[in-house]
Amino acid sequence: MRTRRGFVHELSKNRLMFLMLLPVIVFFLINSYLPMVGIYYAFTRFDFNTSLFDSEFVGFENFKFLWKSGILTKLTLNTLGYNLAFIVLGNALAIAAAILLSELKLKWFKKLTQSILFLPYFISFVILSVIVYNLFNYESGFLNTLLKGLNMEPIDVYNTPWMWIPLIILFYLWKNLGYSMVIYLAAITGISDEYYEAAKIDGANIFQRVWHITVPMLKTTFVVLLLFALGSIMKGQFDLFYQLIGNNGVLYNTTDILDTYVYRSLKVTFDIGMATSAGVYQSVFGFVLVMTVNYIIRKINEDYALF
Amino acid sequence: MAIREDKYAVLFKTISYTVIIVLTIACLLPFLLVISASLTENEAIVKYGYRFIPKEFSFEGYRLVFKFPEQVLSAYKVTTITTVVGTLLGLLFITMAGYVLQRRDFKYRNAFSFFIYFTTLFGGGLVPWYILITKYLKLTDTYTVLIYPGLMTPFLIILMKNFIRSAIPEELNESAKIDGANDFKIYYRIVLPLSLPGIATVGLFLALAYWNDWFLSSLFINDQKMYQLQFYLYNIVNTIQFIMQMGAGTGVSLGQDIPTESTKMAMAIVVTGPILLLYPFVQRYFVKGLTIGAVKG
Repeated sequence: MRTRRGFVHELSKNRLMFLMLLPVIVFFLINSYLPMVGIYYAFTRFDFNTSLFDSEFVGFENFKFLWKSGILTKLTLNTLGYNLAFIVLGNALAIAAAILLSELKLKWFKKLTQSILFLPYFISFVILSVIVYNLFNYESGFLNTLLKGLNMEPIDVYNTPWMWIPLIILFYLWKNLGYSMVIYLAAITGISDEYYEAAKIDGANIFQRVWHITVPMLKTTFVVLLLFALGSIMKGQFDLFYQLIGNNGVLYNTTDILDTYVYRSLKVTFDIGMATSAGVYQSVFGFVLVMTVNYIIRKINEDYALF
Repeated sequence: MAIREDKYAVLFKTISYTVIIVLTIACLLPFLLVISASLTENEAIVKYGYRFIPKEFSFEGYRLVFKFPEQVLSAYKVTTITTVVGTLLGLLFITMAGYVLQRRDFKYRNAFSFFIYFTTLFGGGLVPWYILITKYLKLTDTYTVLIYPGLMTPFLIILMKNFIRSAIPEELNESAKIDGANDFKIYYRIVLPLSLPGIATVGLFLALAYWNDWFLSSLFINDQKMYQLQFYLYNIVNTIQFIMQMGAGTGVSLGQDIPTESTKMAMAIVVTGPILLLYPFVQRYFVKGLTIGAVKG
């Protein structure tokens, strides 16, 4: 009762602030919390014409069906695997590039290259798919034009599943390098010059200075980015995968992730039961994973825990 | 000793310049390929493949894009409206929320922050959201459905909150309050003018997401007049590929008379154009705002 009165009191005292916060509250209520009610769809036989709670309850039938299709393990492994590769390689490349760029002395060169490295972040995934198609399509792609010029056999990339593992990772890096590099560059700028001066006097060469000063100083930034990324480890880069692969079934084995599967079940094969249950699986599994990781981090070092 | 130090410095410099130049070229080349292809005679692409320098120069691709300008222009219109309205509305909501959530005297700021953050940890998934919008809110084929889902993300609200906290000293709040200003007045008289780099950054994130969006169109738009630019391009690309495959499969050449490849590339340039023109200005703010909002927070 007391807390209730406290809330009402607070509401009238700070009503302007509540009012300013209202649009955001309403947004997340409608856009994020209301759909959680719809998780119930995963336990019904879907019918677009009957309302949610009138639909026939079937228990775990949809999940059983999803499990029996044998696709779940593959989707989970693909989703986790790609995300881990994105996190590890993405950060490693961004750190390396940021360190190298920060040591350059030519101002105009630094500015110019940084602008160009940031460029891919600004284009849409639709354009990316056009670019990739230009590079790798069988008939007139740049790669095969090159190979034919060298009198070598052209490669049918769009029919070779394994090639897409490195390609997807490569284009993820290509698109995101500029963005994550900016964050690391900012962190490097924040390191005090005194450390470097002291190390210079002690006779450390530039490799030693980078390795013993810059790299350790970036640890905090790295951990923060890492934890943010881990929070969404079950969510894939849907745009990237769907635009590069689309509905090319030949490549699903190595490129299908949970998000693309759910989208396809909804829009292409119209299997609402499968789509909903796969979505719920993704949400719950991801939630449990994040909670576990956060618990472990809390045990190791409380400062780094997400919440 | 001095000579050794020099040797390392030179080696490091060489590595730096080499790696950065290679990365820069890798980022630039695909764009050149698209620009070059958009200016090439379609026959030449089919015959000789994609090249960095047009083998036979031609504006045919661009001419074809604007042969029936109604569709492109309508897609431009839809995208511009959603981008402008969405970015402005989103900025208003995000800055207000960011301001309130960083106020130390706002008792429930942690509870509300968690309310927002929790949505990144758990959700209902795509399908319940889709059904909510199509069946219960009935937003298919409206501007609302293209605008409202992109208005804000937890990440942008947190970014804004951190930025305002680091840009505006707590004492400023106090003194403004003593002078009799109410919370909203403090927000638009003091907080907004002092948060410009943060506003620019968040605004850019929003505008970029709206401009590049194809997902919402693909889910909720059936009416061709409501297609966004990216989705329009996506459809053209797929239709052209479909026609070519049909032609190859049946032996009947359907795509012979249409400069398909160069049209596709010209379309890609037309769609990206505004962003590339704005890019030099935009990029500077982005770097500045990100640096303050993401690192110092």
